[in-house]
Amino acid sequence: MISLQANDFELFDVPARFEQDRAQLDARWKALQREAHPDRFAAEGAAAQRVAMQWSVRINEAYQRLKDPLKRAAYLCELQGAPVQAENNTAMPAAFLMQQMEWRENLDDTESPEGLEALADEVSSEQRRVQQELARLLDEVQDPLQAVGQVRALMFIERFTQEVNAKLDRLT
Amino acid sequence: MALLQISEPGQSPDPHQRRIAVGIDLGTTHSLVASVRSGVAECLPDDEGRVILPSVVRFMPGQGRQIGFDAVQSAASDPVNTISSVKRFMGRGLNDIADRSKLPYEFTASEQGMLSIQTVQGPKSPVEVSAEILATLRYRAEDTFNDDLYGAVITVPAYFDDAQRQATKDAAQLAGLNVLRLINEPTAAAIAYGLDNASEGVYAVFDLGGGTFDISILRLTQGVFEVLSTGGDSALGGDDYDQALADAAMARQPALQATTAEDKTVLKAAARAAKEALTSADVVTLNAALSSGTLSVQISRTDFEQATQALSARCVTAVRKALRDAQLAKEDVQGVVMVGGSTRMPQIQQAVADFFGQAPLNNLNPDEVVALGAAIQANQLAGNNAAGELLLLDVIPLSLGIETMGGLVERIIPRNQTIPTAMAQDFTTYQDGQTALALHVVQGERDLVQDCRSLARFELRGIPPMAAGAARIRVTFTVDADGLLNVGAKEQISGVEARIDVKPSYGLSDDQIATMLQESFTTAQADMKARALVEARVDADRMLLATRSALAADGQLLSADERASIDALMVTLLAAIQTEQDAKALEDCTQALAKGTEAFAAERMNHSIQKALAGQNIQTL
Repeated sequence: MISLQANDFELFDVPARFEQDRAQLDARWKALQREAHPDRFAAEGAAAQRVAMQWSVRINEAYQRLKDPLKRAAYLCELQGAPVQAENNTAMPAAFLMQQMEWRENLDDTESPEGLEALADEVSSEQRRVQQELARLLDEVQDPLQAVGQVRALMFIERFTQEVNAKLDRLT
Repeated sequence: MALLQISEPGQSPDPHQRRIAVGIDLGTTHSLVASVRSGVAECLPDDEGRVILPSVVRFMPGQGRQIGFDAVQSAASDPVNTISSVKRFMGRGLNDIADRSKLPYEFTASEQGMLSIQTVQGPKSPVEVSAEILATLRYRAEDTFNDDLYGAVITVPAYFDDAQRQATKDAAQLAGLNVLRLINEPTAAAIAYGLDNASEGVYAVFDLGGGTFDISILRLTQGVFEVLSTGGDSALGGDDYDQALADAAMARQPALQATTAEDKTVLKAAARAAKEALTSADVVTLNAALSSGTLSVQISRTDFEQATQALSARCVTAVRKALRDAQLAKEDVQGVVMVGGSTRMPQIQQAVADFFGQAPLNNLNPDEVVALGAAIQANQLAGNNAAGELLLLDVIPLSLGIETMGGLVERIIPRNQTIPTAMAQDFTTYQDGQTALALHVVQGERDLVQDCRSLARFELRGIPPMAAGAARIRVTFTVDADGLLNVGAKEQISGVEARIDVKPSYGLSDDQIATMLQESFTTAQADMKARALVEARVDADRMLLATRSALAADGQLLSADERASIDALMVTLLAAIQTEQDAKALEDCTQALAKGTEAFAAERMNHSIQKALAGQNIQTL
């Protein structure tokens, strides 16, 4: 029995794993909203409207989390008993921090769009590497404690990507 | 003679099954109402066959009022009491109206900061004025169908914030309309063109009206309309083209002048007529009888284009900017939808075609296209089109957040989130022993509170005294499918709670609406009580119908006891509809049925979700 308390994977009827088929998530989201969106119950009473709204909100919430690799990974860690607790735990391996510092210096020193694009490419390939590592840790070896470290790394990378993009916007 | 209906075998038509639903384009200069009849959306005309209703309301001494064309005629003789372009004031405070001194109106502000216009009938809020326009369209639709309206979809500009949307919804409520949904104008235009059935892609909606220009970039993915960016120029429209043409004509006969108000009006009207004629003709003669002599000049289409080149260039500049905001190139745009009467001008069609490198979509009447799209959506929402596949998942146009220390905005719901949505954030207290927390809800993209729009303020009181930072206050923002916000705050340890429907800053409280309904304008001549009773009956019928169809579809989900108790409530309500003379008592019976079917509604939802999933599984197997 599907209920509002079902977890995101159960709600979307997809396996609880990091690797996901985006097209399948999109299709499932659309199918669920077709059933649950308040517009479908516009002709019915306020009670149906309220329930529809709850479901629709819940489906959107799950979709936002499932389609985003970072949010999905953090959610999986939490489901597997290893919450990320980003605000309480920022300890990162020294090598990772060194790379971050290098990137930041690079960002500060780069004033050409081409240079920034090159930096953005480098960051994005690191992002893909971390995501692959997450897929291995969560789906294959099932080690959520190890995965938590990679989730934090991914958070750093995403924040940095935003900064690179912001500077690119300013220059172009 | 009425036409006889012929139905398919086994599907007898039930006249009560078809619900009358309309789409309303509540525009700055004019408004329209449309409905789907025999499967086709069309605008409904007034007694004289005109589909356009000028958005102008004149309050006359005593109780009377003129709305539409009659009010336009009086604008010159009674400017103070004749209110036009009221849409610009919706959901706005006194300080938001930049060029107050240029307008003929006397503005006042209520204690809540809500703006009013002083008229011979006392202060009138923009909500009340808009309600007059909406009520006129409602009566037009009811007269057309000789039946009560089931509900309406009303369009709003994509950039309307929460306060402006709420004000629009309040106006509809005041006009006695059941709002099925507020939808964005560009989305409505896209629906009218059937783009929701088309392949996925990016579309531009180019809306040049009498006095405003709006450009919206939409993305369509899997039945979701997402507004990527909006832009435009709030002081650029067909009126400016008229003026430019008038100036060009006058320059040809320098001996003449048009300085008096009357001359200006005559000249403007002549210019407008020439502009309209130039849509199909290559050359026209512009004639105007001015007090200093008769103006008569030949104007070619090329002359007109040259005189207005700068205006068309401003449109294109705004389009470029909107594309930049959306981070797209013009090649990414799959189609351009033309909206607004001024897009009929050949030079606009040409400028758009040249810029985008493709012919724009223009085969629907550009004045009507927004209302037509709203009508299609209304028909769908009323359940008249069971086979309809259209699912409109709108996004929220502006980020929502609350004020934190130092006048900074903490964003809780970022813009472009699909709605409905709910998001929460935890906050804590700043001082030891702090027992109350002031929450200031704002909307906008800027980081400083002063640069965003203030929507509401409320307080969470009764937090038990704790050390600074120990309390855990969860603030939850809920945005419904219309884009309207509700905010709740709960201290997690003690369970103290407060919540607010966001409207007080500039909107109306439910009490104010109730009072206005009582003092009513729509019912100036009608018997108030009788009207309330009629409306209560419509609501009761609606509830009964909804329950019946729910039972027919999913009655098997109920136990015999549950079924019996719902049946009993329905019998009571049916009897009340026939005999009850007191509106309140009838409303109570409707409410009782609504409450009694709540659990059933939840059960049905669970069921339908499971059905959807089961369908998916079969497909994937």
